[in-house]
Amino acid sequence: MHRRAITAARAAELIPDGASVLFGGFMGVGTPMRIVDALVARGARGLTIIGNDTARPGIGVGRLIEAGCVAKAIVSHIGTNPVTQQKMMAGQLAVELVPQGTLAERIRAGGAGLGGVLTPTGLGTVVAEGKRVIEVQGRDFVLEEPITADVAILHAHEADYNGNLTYRLTATNFNPVIALAARSVIAEPEEIVPVGVIPPDHVRTPGILVDHLVERPR
Amino acid sequence: MDAKEIIARRVALELRDRSLVNLGIGLPTLVARHVPPEINVAFQSENGIIGFGAPPPEGMEDPNLTDAGGGYISALPGAVSFDSAFSFALIRGGHLDMTVLGGLQVDARGRLANWMVPGKLVPGMGGAMDLVAGARRVVVAMQHAARGESKIVPELTLPPTSARPVTLVVTDLAVLAPTADGLVLRERAPGISVAQVLAATAAPLIVEGEVPEMQLAA
Repeated sequence: MHRRAITAARAAELIPDGASVLFGGFMGVGTPMRIVDALVARGARGLTIIGNDTARPGIGVGRLIEAGCVAKAIVSHIGTNPVTQQKMMAGQLAVELVPQGTLAERIRAGGAGLGGVLTPTGLGTVVAEGKRVIEVQGRDFVLEEPITADVAILHAHEADYNGNLTYRLTATNFNPVIALAARSVIAEPEEIVPVGVIPPDHVRTPGILVDHLVERPR
Repeated sequence: MDAKEIIARRVALELRDRSLVNLGIGLPTLVARHVPPEINVAFQSENGIIGFGAPPPEGMEDPNLTDAGGGYISALPGAVSFDSAFSFALIRGGHLDMTVLGGLQVDARGRLANWMVPGKLVPGMGGAMDLVAGARRVVVAMQHAARGESKIVPELTLPPTSARPVTLVVTDLAVLAPTADGLVLRERAPGISVAQVLAATAAPLIVEGEVPEMQLAA
C-alpha cells in the first residue's frame, strides 16, 4: 500500500497530451498548482479539462488555458477569465458549459458506476436540448450522462504514504468527487504525514483510490 | 440611497429566522449587510461552506477559505464545510430556503435570464440553474433597467436560466410577484408612483388596489 511521492514534473509526464483531466478547484482554490505548473512547463497540449471553472488569468487552471495546453474545457463558469472567452471566440478552445450541480453529479455518477443523473436543473433551457426528459413520480427530469476521465488531479490538505487524503474548508470542492471518476488519480497534498497519523474518521478519500502522490512543497 | 442599497435593504426583509440562504455574486452579496438583528440566518456559499462571515483582517486570510468569487472569508463558530456534490444536494434537494440572484431579464411569466448574452458575453451558468431549479424561494435582486431599457420584459429575449418561475423580483423601483396571471406589482420604491413603475416596465403589470411603498431594512 505504501507509495513513494513523485515530483510534480513526473506527475506531468504521467498526463499525456490529449488526455481528459478532471481537476479540483473553485476559482483556483483547491487546485493542485504544482501539477498545473509542471504541465505548463512540459508544454502539454490538447488536454480536455473538466472542473468547476477556469478561474482567472494566472490563477488555477487559468495558467493551462493561457499556455495553450487546453483543447477543450468542460466547466460551469468562464466569466472571470477573459482569456478563456477570447480563445473560445477565436476558435482556439472548445467550451462546454454544464450547470455546477449537474457537473458534480455527472462526475459522481461516473465514479459510482451509475448510468447517469436525473435532475430538474436545465429544464426549459438550452442545457436540456437534445437530451431525454424522463417523468418520475409526476415530475420531469433531464437525463444527464456520467463523466469519467483519463486522469484526476487533486489538491488535498494532508496525505499519508498510503494515499489517504484529507481536505480543508472550501479547498475541498470537487476534489473528493473526482477521486472516484478517473482511471489514474494524482493527489498533491500540502503535507504528507506517516501512515497512522490521520484518524480514520478524518480521511475523506481512501488511499486505495490514489495512484500517485506528489511530494510536499520544499 | 443608491439603487443597489434600496434593493439590498428590501431583499433583507425577505430573510426568515433560522433559514439557510445563498447569495449570488455581486448585488445580492450586499443583502448580508442588512440582516435584521432579530433574525438568525445561515448563509451558504456554493463552493462548500455554511456559516461564513466577513473577510478576515489583512494578514489573517486562509487560502483555503474563500467565497464563490474566490475572495477571502472567515468561518463563524459552528461553520461547516463540504464538497461540491453535497453543496448542490442542499441546493437542489429543497434544503435551501432562499436564494438571491442577480438578473439580466425577468419576463411576464416570471422566468429569469441571467447567464449569457449570445454573441457578447458568455460567463456561464455556474450554480444559477441549480439554484433556480432547487431553492424553495428564488428572489431576483436587480436594477429595474439597464442603459435605459427595462429588464422586466414581456418575453425573455435572452436564454432562460430555468423554466421555473422565480418567487419574487426586487428592483430599485418595485417589488414584483410572478403569478399564474402575470406579474403583480406588490410594492413601489420610496418616492416612486405606480405610474412611474408602469412607465419604466416593458412587461404588463397587474395592479390590484393600493400599492404600498416598500419597507427597507436598516
